[in-house]
Amino acid sequence: MAKKKFWYEYLWITSLLYLSLGFFNILFAWLGLLCFLIPLIMSFAGGKKGYCNRYCGRGQLFSILGKRLSLNRPIPKWIYSKWFRYGFLTFFMAMFINMLFSTYLVFAGAKDLNEVITVLWSFSLPWNFASSAAPVANWVKQFAFGFYSVMLTSTLLGFVTMILFRPRTWCVYCPMGTMTQLVCKAKYKE
Amino acid sequence: MKKIATLSTKDCVSCGCCEKVCPKKAITVYNGMYAKVDEPLCIGCGICAKACPADIISIKEVDTLG
Ligand code: SF4
Ligand code: SF4
Ligand code: SF4
Repeated sequence: MAKKKFWYEYLWITSLLYLSLGFFNILFAWLGLLCFLIPLIMSFAGGKKGYCNRYCGRGQLFSILGKRLSLNRPIPKWIYSKWFRYGFLTFFMAMFINMLFSTYLVFAGAKDLNEVITVLWSFSLPWNFASSAAPVANWVKQFAFGFYSVMLTSTLLGFVTMILFRPRTWCVYCPMGTMTQLVCKAKYKE
Repeated sequence: MKKIATLSTKDCVSCGCCEKVCPKKAITVYNGMYAKVDEPLCIGCGICAKACPADIISIKEVDTLG
């Protein structure tokens, strides 16, 4: 059955591109904000999870990779339990606020620019090849480093669970997915 | 006897994986909250059940005469 492909079925390329562009210049990390804003706007405005269901490049990337790499095993129940999903969302937001705070400290001049990418919130990458050369203020760079860390960490987590369980296991505890679902639920008062 | 997909609504993460793979467009994410099966359309093929990352879809047999 030859199915017509839509342009949005290629959005997984942007996810790959995003991660690789970060290798060249960390400032590309700012583009990742789109992956935060678009789903939220879509759920607020449309009241649906159109982003997940159609436009999310990361979800597509995992289903494509998962076709070959995933062990395709059922996931343990606790991963889709409410406390884990909401807990992960809370943790994620806390880390996000923490990152915003570092950005603020650099902005306020209380801290020097910390040019490291941290994976899983604790391991620093020896990121010597990422250039941060650009005529922008230090806080702009600080945010980029922080944001790229978040994106890389979540991709790694998603990758590991993609292999261990189903291709799109990440979507079960994806903070954006949980958040947009909450927005929809609030909208329809469930 | 007819087979159809059923799922546990409260566990659904509304990721839309099922919607993407269903050959009959019989399962859709209802208002972004959870997936819903359109029972007359569903042929019980089980493709959605295999794709669901939370593994909450099961195929049950229903009595069509009843
Ligand atoms: S749950 Fe997250 S990764 Fe999955 S499709 Fe939605 S936004 Fe993308
Ligand atoms: S069992 Fe088959 S026809 Fe029914 S909802 Fe799932 S994929 Fe669609
Ligand atoms: S694939 Fe599973 S978790 Fe995702 S929307 Fe369908 S039933 Fe819900």
